[in-house]
Amino acid sequence: MGQTTVTHDSHAAHGHDHHEQGFIMKYFFSTDHKIIGLQYMFTGMFMAIVGGYFAYAFRMQLAFPGMEVPLYGTVGPGEYNMLITNHGSIMIFWVAMPVLIAAFGNILIPLMIGCDDMVFPRLNRLSYQIFLLSVVVLFMSFFVQGGGFGGAWTSYPPLSAVAEYNLTDWGASLWLIAVALEFVAFLIGGINFVTTSMNARAPGMRMTDIPMVVWMIVLASIMFMASVGPLIAGSIMLLMDQRIGTTFFVPSGGGDPILWQHLFWFFGHPEVYVVLLPALGIVAEIMTTFARKKLFGYKTILYTTFATGGLAFVVWAHHQFIAGIDPRMANIFLVTTLLISIPIAEILFSYIATLYGGSIEFRTPMLWALGFLITFLLGGVTGIYLGSSALDIYFHDSYFVVAHFHYTFFPIAIIGMFAGLYFWYPKMFGRMMDETLGKIHFWGTIIPFNGIFLPLFLVGMAGQHRRIYNFQHFPDLATADLQGIRVFATVSMVTMLLFQFVFAYNFFVSMFKGEKAPANPWKSNTLEWTVPSPPPHGNFAELPTVYRGPYEYSVPGNKEDYWPQNMPDRN
Amino acid sequence: MAGAHAHPNYVKIWALLLVLLVVSIIGPELGIPWLTLLTAFGIALVKTYYVAAYFMHLNFEKKYVWFLLLISTVLLGVFFFGVAGDVMKADGQNWQDCISNNTCAEQQRYVDGQLR
Amino acid sequence: MSMQGPLATSRSATGIPTGRLAVWWLLASEIFIFGGLIACYILYRLNNPWWGGEAVFTKVPAGAFNTFVLLTSSLFIVLAHDAAEKKDFDRAFKFIWYTIGGGLVFLLVKYYEYSSKLFTDDPELLKTPLTNTYWSFYYTATGLHALHVIGGMVIMALISFDLRKGFNPHRVELIGLYWHFVDIVWIFLFPLLYIAK
Repeated sequence: MGQTTVTHDSHAAHGHDHHEQGFIMKYFFSTDHKIIGLQYMFTGMFMAIVGGYFAYAFRMQLAFPGMEVPLYGTVGPGEYNMLITNHGSIMIFWVAMPVLIAAFGNILIPLMIGCDDMVFPRLNRLSYQIFLLSVVVLFMSFFVQGGGFGGAWTSYPPLSAVAEYNLTDWGASLWLIAVALEFVAFLIGGINFVTTSMNARAPGMRMTDIPMVVWMIVLASIMFMASVGPLIAGSIMLLMDQRIGTTFFVPSGGGDPILWQHLFWFFGHPEVYVVLLPALGIVAEIMTTFARKKLFGYKTILYTTFATGGLAFVVWAHHQFIAGIDPRMANIFLVTTLLISIPIAEILFSYIATLYGGSIEFRTPMLWALGFLITFLLGGVTGIYLGSSALDIYFHDSYFVVAHFHYTFFPIAIIGMFAGLYFWYPKMFGRMMDETLGKIHFWGTIIPFNGIFLPLFLVGMAGQHRRIYNFQHFPDLATADLQGIRVFATVSMVTMLLFQFVFAYNFFVSMFKGEKAPANPWKSNTLEWTVPSPPPHGNFAELPTVYRGPYEYSVPGNKEDYWPQNMPDRN
Repeated sequence: MAGAHAHPNYVKIWALLLVLLVVSIIGPELGIPWLTLLTAFGIALVKTYYVAAYFMHLNFEKKYVWFLLLISTVLLGVFFFGVAGDVMKADGQNWQDCISNNTCAEQQRYVDGQLR
Repeated sequence: MSMQGPLATSRSATGIPTGRLAVWWLLASEIFIFGGLIACYILYRLNNPWWGGEAVFTKVPAGAFNTFVLLTSSLFIVLAHDAAEKKDFDRAFKFIWYTIGGGLVFLLVKYYEYSSKLFTDDPELLKTPLTNTYWSFYYTATGLHALHVIGGMVIMALISFDLRKGFNPHRVELIGLYWHFVDIVWIFLFPLLYIAK
């Protein structure tokens, strides 16, 4: 925390006092957005290990049924359900959201819009504390009698509402409370993202000068806020059903289980776009920097994102096509579901157009961004099949769905996360990561990833149902061919997990032994690259004024091929 | 740091709200269904408008805040009408909803709407 | 004592001060939470006409009195805001505590209503959240609302002490916005739970 110069509008001008903080105060009770962002990031990365470990355990059970899983133990049917439920919940709520929205949002937004912190730093700290509490409550659910909740991340009643059915009495309630706490943490966090981005922008930064990743995180926060409310009400009702015996969702008392499904998916569908948008934003920042080219159609991308966000709220019942809804209602949702593929395709086309004619540098972050584009495209296209309600009669709850959502979620949560980590690592930690190890990690992740999930489309088409712990019980599905595919997928998965050690080594060792990073190693335009790596407390010695948009690369007449937003004249 | 604005007479607005409250209680007592709907719920909307516009100063706020609140309400409407089409159906082509007319087998534990 | 915050907090590219923008955001999210709960209630209510018979057991005079209490406390908090704007901090302090008093009266009436239904020996009048789903909703909705009333009262008390010394007067308006919202939720709960029979 260096001293600041006393200039107009400088950090010191409003009397913030610079006392030296002890280690605990500085790192555990910090209100600095960069520290809070790192707290979210490390927590999210830790939870990714837990979620990946659960996936390892259940995939080993599927490939070698009945055998003891090394480093885990035997996986019985109840155990299997607990593993898949918590794998899904952890990956969405405790990995994708904290890393993509809370970590990158906290670290980047004040830096990218040119201010000294989030607008409400203490509220920011509170949001992390509530988030951490949700992690603790989730872990508690694994150790109570009955074990962790096993009713799937969708938690449909009456299974999830009645302990005699789900056999995980307190596990179910602790899981629900953990999810509710996570929702509250992100509602509070969203306050900071939206008000800071809207109000605290540097002078001269118009709405169309805001970097795309900031817009995406803001829109994601808005969508989250609008969709989660009814589910919070529903969670209160479900918790009351579980703990005090009301019958909001239990038919024996006049309750309607389908109502929960609607409440859940009204949130659940916008939620997938909530996590998609920040990943798209991260990829935009990386692509423009490493193609040395401006973003193709900034306003188009922005408006189509608004359209995506709006449409996302009217597609939810495509998750319920075979839940007994009126086929005419299914028709309506079929149309809206197919429609939503259009704005997303538009955004991907704009990204490809951004690359066209650029002078592309295949550094590690760029590899991840390109990997995102290709795998997400595959995932999105397979969604079209599922959006067609007639086809969904066959595909619903099959591995085709599992493969589809992993081809979308994995690019979002994992590829997007690594893309952002490799890109902003120099800024966050002041060191460069090893480029060779980064490339090894990339190929060692993306190829096995396809090895896991491409075959799962095939087994899905063959009729393999999801959420089954042992396919040997189904003669049609116990054939050698299908079992061979399951083993292949599992072996790919173990390979992919082993390559993550390359990343772990690179990530931690580079922090201490990596080459020291300059302020702007990638020669990028946005404001975070104008401050030292890592940025000091207060971010800017002198708060910047902005003169242009964030993507002015390779502008004719300029000496350099990049043009930082805060530079007043041509360089 | 509220912007300078001519502030309304808050006590007058309060008196109006109380009058509306009285009407909204007397109306349903008369027992006519459409009148109940109008007075109980219609007046709730009117009262909300007055509290929002005058006590919450929405009339003096940037116009888009009204717009955002309206969008929120519309979205809630989308939720309601989207779900009602499914949850409120009493029968279909090949089935009958036993929950709402209390004829489900599981509901036989319940007598007169009370768990025994 | 207020802490000097970052410069970011005092900026306002939209023209609305950040505190007020944040409170409107919070209220929007609360609209979805209460709105979702009320939408579910309406869905069930329309499907179960016999709930009208259960609603007879709510005490309309108590509900009506509570509506009056909340409307009046809304008046008090906006008068407090008015006084704070005119820098009359003692008057503002007084009115905040009148508002808190209103909240207290509301809670006492609620307690009277709940106890008459929960702690009675008469089986006809005993209405717990488990009696049937109408009462589950009644207790959930009014209970959640009461928790919001308590939260508002606590924050108002905390703000009042700073205010008396002249610190952060803008916060009166912000808690006022929250309190008006709590009032509006009750304005809807009252006809839905009490009057519709």
